[in-house]
Amino acid sequence: MHGRLKLKTTEEQAEEKRKEREKKMKIAVAARDACFEKRKRSVLDEEGLELTKQLLGGNPDFATLWNFRREIFQHFEKEKSPEVLQALLEKELSFLEACLRVNPKSYGTWYHRGWVLDHMPSPDWARELELCSKLLQLDERNFHCWDYRRLVVSRSQVSCSEELDFTFKLISSNFSNYSSWHYRSTLLPRVHPDTCQQADRVHEGVLLTEYELVRNAFFTDPNDQSAWFYYRWLLGRADREETVSCLYVSREGQRLVLSFSRPVNVLSPSAELVLFVDSLPLMVKWRTAHPKLKHSALWICDLPTGTINEACSEHSFKIHWRDGVVQRECVLYRGRSESWCRDSATDQQLFRSDLSVEKSTVLQSELDSCTQLQEMEPENKWCLLTIILLMRALDPLGYEKDTLQYFKTLKAADPMRSAYFDDLRSKFVIENSILKMEYAETRVVDLSKKDVTALYHLDQLLLVTHMNLSSNRLQSLTAQLSMLQCLEVLEADDNVLEGVEGLCGLPRLEEVSLRNNRIAKIADLQPLASCPKLTILNLQGNPVTEATDFQSELALLLPGVKDLIA
Amino acid sequence: MSADHLPSEFEVLIVGTGLPESIIAAACSRIGQKVLHVDRSAYYGGNWASFTFSGLLSWIEEHKHEACNKDEMKEWKDKIHEDEEAILLNTVDKTITNVEVFCFASQDSEDNIQEEGALQLKHDSSFTAAGTEGRFSGSSKDCHGQQIQATVTNTVESSASEDPVRSDSQASAQETDDASSTQEENHGNMCSTESEKQEAGVTEQVSECTYEKKRQKITYSQIVKEGRRFNVDLTSKLLYAKGSLVDLLIKSNVSRYAEFKNATRILTYQNGKVEQVPCSRADVFASKQLTVVEKRMLMKFLTFCMDYQQHPEEYLDFKDHTFVEFLKMKKLTANLQHFVHHSISMVSETDKTTEGLRATQNFLQCLGRYGNTPFLFPLYGNGEIPQCFCRMCAVFGGIYCLRHAVQCLVVDKETKRCKAVIDTSGMRISCKHFIVEDSYVADEQRKSVQHRQISRAVLITDKSLLKAESDQQISLVTVPPLEPGRPAVRIVELCSSSMTSMQGTYLVHLTCPSSGTAKEDLSLVVSRLFSENVDADEKDADSGVEKPSVLWALYFNMRDSSVAERSSYNLPSNVYVCSGPDSTLGSDHSIKQAESIFGQLFPDEEFCPPAPNPEDIIYDGDGAEAENAGFGAPLGPEHNKPEEGAVPEQENEKAMTETTEKNTTVTPVSLATCNDSTEEQDTE
Repeated sequence: MHGRLKLKTTEEQAEEKRKEREKKMKIAVAARDACFEKRKRSVLDEEGLELTKQLLGGNPDFATLWNFRREIFQHFEKEKSPEVLQALLEKELSFLEACLRVNPKSYGTWYHRGWVLDHMPSPDWARELELCSKLLQLDERNFHCWDYRRLVVSRSQVSCSEELDFTFKLISSNFSNYSSWHYRSTLLPRVHPDTCQQADRVHEGVLLTEYELVRNAFFTDPNDQSAWFYYRWLLGRADREETVSCLYVSREGQRLVLSFSRPVNVLSPSAELVLFVDSLPLMVKWRTAHPKLKHSALWICDLPTGTINEACSEHSFKIHWRDGVVQRECVLYRGRSESWCRDSATDQQLFRSDLSVEKSTVLQSELDSCTQLQEMEPENKWCLLTIILLMRALDPLGYEKDTLQYFKTLKAADPMRSAYFDDLRSKFVIENSILKMEYAETRVVDLSKKDVTALYHLDQLLLVTHMNLSSNRLQSLTAQLSMLQCLEVLEADDNVLEGVEGLCGLPRLEEVSLRNNRIAKIADLQPLASCPKLTILNLQGNPVTEATDFQSELALLLPGVKDLIA
Repeated sequence: MSADHLPSEFEVLIVGTGLPESIIAAACSRIGQKVLHVDRSAYYGGNWASFTFSGLLSWIEEHKHEACNKDEMKEWKDKIHEDEEAILLNTVDKTITNVEVFCFASQDSEDNIQEEGALQLKHDSSFTAAGTEGRFSGSSKDCHGQQIQATVTNTVESSASEDPVRSDSQASAQETDDASSTQEENHGNMCSTESEKQEAGVTEQVSECTYEKKRQKITYSQIVKEGRRFNVDLTSKLLYAKGSLVDLLIKSNVSRYAEFKNATRILTYQNGKVEQVPCSRADVFASKQLTVVEKRMLMKFLTFCMDYQQHPEEYLDFKDHTFVEFLKMKKLTANLQHFVHHSISMVSETDKTTEGLRATQNFLQCLGRYGNTPFLFPLYGNGEIPQCFCRMCAVFGGIYCLRHAVQCLVVDKETKRCKAVIDTSGMRISCKHFIVEDSYVADEQRKSVQHRQISRAVLITDKSLLKAESDQQISLVTVPPLEPGRPAVRIVELCSSSMTSMQGTYLVHLTCPSSGTAKEDLSLVVSRLFSENVDADEKDADSGVEKPSVLWALYFNMRDSSVAERSSYNLPSNVYVCSGPDSTLGSDHSIKQAESIFGQLFPDEEFCPPAPNPEDIIYDGDGAEAENAGFGAPLGPEHNKPEEGAVPEQENEKAMTETTEKNTTVTPVSLATCNDSTEEQDTE
């Protein structure tokens, strides 16, 4: 038909493109060689700038060329007047803008920009901030730009509250922006610090408005995780201060045990742990409960013979930690076999949020709105998890039943993470058991039939003498279990244990029941050999019992065991 | 070339330059058909046109004095052969009725106010109105009409420009300037705080000066003086971001001839006040009107609507109920029902559930493609769109004659097919296919009158219906029926950076299906939402909010011929009829009609395939083929390109760059380059 356009075929187009590319390549290679040659001869002139500019304009990721440019500018710094240099560097900035347009995520370009600003006689930081704002509006997740923004902010003393407003602006336009939420979490404690001077925490009044903001986000889109993560940060508590939470002395074992609020290494050169016995410093050797543990919440020392004298009516033990900033003291009276001084979990509100009454009511209303959301979105895992966390923060024992129920729903809603939820649930179950034990003021903890998959907070169980772990889903007794330095009787029947690593060096352990587990080899029982008082061991229903020579080999390994049930 | 030199043979003759006709013209020309495209008016677009203020005044004059016969007809009977008969066409437009104009701005003493830069043209004795010739035939001295003929010449080869279209005419100057100003703006976006500071300075000045203006109110003479800042649409529409028009613009590469801005917000009138409708995720998040539970309900409902077909259990039971009942059944709060029904689905009270769901789904699918609302507005007004297609047609060799009417169709008595037309100059033009816009069809050719009417009002106001951080907003306002039995009214409020109104004013379009005259249908809404007393700052009794004052108002009714079936016209089978604008917000009907007519004409041809990139075109410079290919015709000064008005090119450019620089909230959108990135939701 007439009037048709004649169009080039794809082959013709491809051929043309190929030729074009070849031509470009030749030019680029020539320019590159020229640059390298110049650099080798240390010719630092404007032509070098021009050559590198051509190359970097097309490919801003050529780091060597950026270096060359910096060398040239450094040279200019010495020989040109500040006005000329300023003009040159301003030109450099507009060139860099062009490069950013080619690739807004080029490491080299962003680094070079920061360098140029730092070398400018009169840098215009406000303009840089504006640039960042513009670019972040185009792509709110460009982390290069976020990095650069932080540099600009630190150089030009932009106030945190202005930055806070900026994050709000970005969040308003799209709240699926973890960068902005996170930036907010770093700014808030600086702009509105907590009145109680808790580091990294936010003033309560401000927290309330933040709750509202983030609530709007997760009601609008409950499947967006960035808001939920921020929410969890808001609900979080300050880290516990590093302190000695328990000091325990055993007369019979001639031993002193310390437990810290978080794992430390007292053997490190900077650590300053000094023990005073009856006000005199005493050199002792500290060790952890298990050789595997380097950082530990629990540290043990054997007291030199004669330190504890039966004749003395009392001995005082005092610990100085961190140059005496942290101290703890306890007294062992005559006739007592042991003594301790400690902060209890109940006193410290270890497992719940330490909130003012005002904030507790707010948390309560947060819980209400989350439950409301949960009714509308029964399958939403973020909501379920947050409800559980809120309940924990408010009243762990009071909400125990509800929490367990929500865990069931949660596992059904997100089966991919069921193991994670199981462990988390175990943690909460153990916390509650510890609380119950402490309210009852006993040294017996019963964790049987609680579907526990992992053990937590074992440092809190230093004083426990009897522990029941039966009928759970435990696969191992980890090294941390060795922190139960007072443990005498352990029941761990009907689990899926394959080893007993943590039953190691327990000085008072007498009786262990491991019926119906999966211990297969005599060697798996090796750790028990380091428990001097072990006399009763039940291994019924373990594969190991079927081995030939089982009885004799066990007797060889554990000569102290008088009562073996197998 | 004047009409005297017009070839006497074409393949497709199209009468009327409205949207469907222009699309068909472009589609036919694109596949190599020889197209003649005529319009009886001096401007492009018919009832789709946009006018400067003075152009609008002329148009008003024209339509107030109905049906005065402008041009004397040349004798045509001698052109008809014995075996032929003639079907007369309307040479006068009768689709506009009840034109009423009200001026509330103070009309001060200046007598001879004129639009700055407007050309005074001695035109036609029938309208020497006080208004000046704005839009009309800026550079053409030819009273019979203007023509654009694009034929191949050597300019293309010599030109280094990417686009032969751009290089070939004056009009392209504006085009390229569009592009460069956009680039400039992008540049500004990237950096250049310095220039921004300057800009900021400018804006400050401007706002100061608008503040002053506000105090002393804009006068009528100011409106007239700044008249060419206005581009008043006769038909007020928006483009659905994923609608058929946008698809067509992209697919055919016609989008390169126009620039768009996002509508920035959706408003509604509820409980006596104008408020924003939260429709995007960001809106819902930021909304202060909704409780968090409502937020969830709304998001949940909208998410369901996104793929409602996948959840038949949710709505099938309500299939026979109305959408309004369905919303109640879904337990949405009254607030949410209002938003979803009136502002998002925009369906009527009687529409059924599936209809409402489909409309809601369509709305949502358009959301986020280019911005936070589903709608785009073409810079310089809706009148640009048909012109873009005309331009495409011209580029591929179509010939244009404005102010050129057709007196009659010539029909072969034996075959009953149309074979030629006779134009107003008495010339006989032979042709194979004929496309005629409804308003050209004489009443004798209609078997039954099947016309509806659209009620329209155009207001120039002094402030926006809803104050916001930025005063540069393009808003769609849905007003539900204020009294039972009245229609829902759709308002589009345009700010000055949409290039349709002067600084400090807003151009407000009201549209609804008619039940009476436009004034009767719309005055209630106008009086509720606006103040018609310029001097007293009327405060709304309930909210204490100052209403915008109407400075000037125009009411008219426009015929809606979209419901007429082809069978209701008594015309030869090779004559196709395009309807005028309908009352809906989008242009789907026109696109569908254009595509269907094109499909009937050329069943085996693709409809508007992408125009090739200029660099892929082979110019062999000789042979008839190339000549007909129609590229790079240098349009001499006597040829008027579609989008030119009487505004001198230079001035126009300046005006545009100024305003785009100042505009901060509404950024121009390039249709083709936008992707759906805003829909991404996952976090890093």
